[in-house]
Amino acid sequence: MAWWKRLTGKKLFWPLVALALLLAFNLFFTPHFFQIQIKQGHLYGNVIDILKNGSPIMLLAIGMTLVIATKGIDISVGSVAAISAGVVAMLIGGDLQGIPKHPIFESIVLAVLVCTVAGLWNGMLVSRIGMQPIIATLILFVAGRGIAMVTTNAMVVWLYAKPFAIIGQGYVFGLPFSLYMVVVLLLMTLFVTRRTALGLFIEAVGINPTAARFAGINAKNIILLVYAFSGFCAGIAGLIVCSNVMSADGNNAGVGYELDAILAVVLGGTSLNGGKFNLLGSIVGALIIETLTVTIYAFNVPPEIAQVVKAVVVYIISLLQSSKFRSSVANMFGRRELAA
Amino acid sequence: MRNFRKTLILIAAAMVLFSASAFAKPKTWVVGFSQEGSESEWRTADTISVQNAFLADPSFDLLYSDAQNKQENQIMAIRSFIARRVNCILFTALVETGYGPVLEEAKRAGIPVVMIDRDVAKEDRHLRLTIIGSDFMKEGEKAGIWLANYLKEKGMADKPINIVELQGTVGSAPAIERAKGFRIIMKDHPNWQITRSQSGDFTTAGGKAVMEAFLKEDKNIQVLFAHNDQMALGAEQAIKEAGLQPGKDIIVIGMDGVKGAFQAIMNGEQNCTVECNPLLGPQAVQAIRDLRDGKKIPPRIWTIEGLFDATNAAAAFPTRQY
Repeated sequence: MAWWKRLTGKKLFWPLVALALLLAFNLFFTPHFFQIQIKQGHLYGNVIDILKNGSPIMLLAIGMTLVIATKGIDISVGSVAAISAGVVAMLIGGDLQGIPKHPIFESIVLAVLVCTVAGLWNGMLVSRIGMQPIIATLILFVAGRGIAMVTTNAMVVWLYAKPFAIIGQGYVFGLPFSLYMVVVLLLMTLFVTRRTALGLFIEAVGINPTAARFAGINAKNIILLVYAFSGFCAGIAGLIVCSNVMSADGNNAGVGYELDAILAVVLGGTSLNGGKFNLLGSIVGALIIETLTVTIYAFNVPPEIAQVVKAVVVYIISLLQSSKFRSSVANMFGRRELAA
Repeated sequence: MRNFRKTLILIAAAMVLFSASAFAKPKTWVVGFSQEGSESEWRTADTISVQNAFLADPSFDLLYSDAQNKQENQIMAIRSFIARRVNCILFTALVETGYGPVLEEAKRAGIPVVMIDRDVAKEDRHLRLTIIGSDFMKEGEKAGIWLANYLKEKGMADKPINIVELQGTVGSAPAIERAKGFRIIMKDHPNWQITRSQSGDFTTAGGKAVMEAFLKEDKNIQVLFAHNDQMALGAEQAIKEAGLQPGKDIIVIGMDGVKGAFQAIMNGEQNCTVECNPLLGPQAVQAIRDLRDGKKIPPRIWTIEGLFDATNAAAAFPTRQY
């Protein structure tokens, strides 16, 4: 039983079990779920959609993981993603012939820059002014949508500049372009947090900021950095959302993404109490959420009850993650065996 | 002493004059307008139409509030209108239910409520004075009738027709009524069947994501019935990505008649859009003017609406405002 203990002791084990259970359900109940074809020179199927449509949440979850590791939270990411979409749409412009008003690359860089500044603003409020993270980011959660509305003039702006579509709809070597962005960002973040001392610093700040400061860590700047990074991730996520439908919708782009991102981080096994974090777990968490969404569409759950089904599944997965719950269930069965 | 009496008379005269002028010129009527959000070009056109119509009449003051697609914002806005003692409330309901208590408050304060476009649930309708807007059920029926004629033209009238439906926001009046209207026509066509139905929340991204999933599970779709054009436009992208041609391989029916849909129809990627006229401003101002003048107001004021497909979209396109 030692191997079983070692296996279940792995951080990624339970998130992967949850994902596997969801996929197993689809294997039996949604006939074409795993079917993958090649269409127009790229892979085509539900699984590819999960990777493509899940990439914004995966990106947000990467940023959110580091924020949560410092015992913070960033609820502004959905609104910041909407700002990114609004800024890029404003710069590229809705020209019907697809001629961009400003060069596409510059527009993208500027949009991400604006979102990084938004993240810096959050970080300033938390680290320098000492606001509670949930309140500090609540400001942009509300105001961000307003800013996004201003950039799009409260209209849905349609984009026709073809090259911009690559970000959210393009494929490279058969796989969605957005997935590569996630992988690159993930590898970079993993490298910086696992191969340098930064990861340790972030965990130290999350566990005890005062002790971290006495140990010589500049806790304020670490906090500033993680919020700026979260804003940066939200900026890229916003680009994908905008490019996927080639339109920027200040009201609806990225609505509820902050909660999905937080859920992804929690499902991935990172505690909201800060400290130890698990980036790969957050990615798995994001995949669980997106798989659930696609499952609901594919299984054709009536829309009136779709949200309830989602809630119940998330509830069960969360229970599965809790080691306390698991051990109490194990105890229950253990006792019964003794009685018999 | 004389001077004092003179001043007194002057003041009295001034007061009489002032009050007379106050009687002669009626105070401006303050109208509070609670819009449910600005999720589409349609909604923006509606908002601008109402704002401009009130701007054109200086005897009205319009207070505007955008609820950003949240019911709690909308209830708060209406409460603040009541607290400010506006003369009339204009109101587009985000969803049908849940407005009873706040409408009750308005009624107690003696403020008439005029609905625009989206109505409240049946049990709350006695609390509002009238509704200006479209007959969503009729729109659903129109879509069904158009489809029947189109299928007859294509010689597919008797073939089995699988329809997928992209519903609007769950619980909203247009989603409920459009679905109902379409199903009324379906009763005459036993060969039609709605095989899949999901909510795309009236958004492009929602429509695209749902259609992507539909296309993977179901290779046998003849018709897409979307409750608005935004979702239809998103779904058209998904259909193209699946290697099919929207408008040909799958018949696409949208609703509202936004500019994007006209372009899609002219490109052959959408087949028809049932107009839902958002330019409600002039009719709203007229209704409230009648209300101020004490005229009787009908409980429903319909808007005039059409239907556009490949035969008439190009001709109508230049005149479209939204």
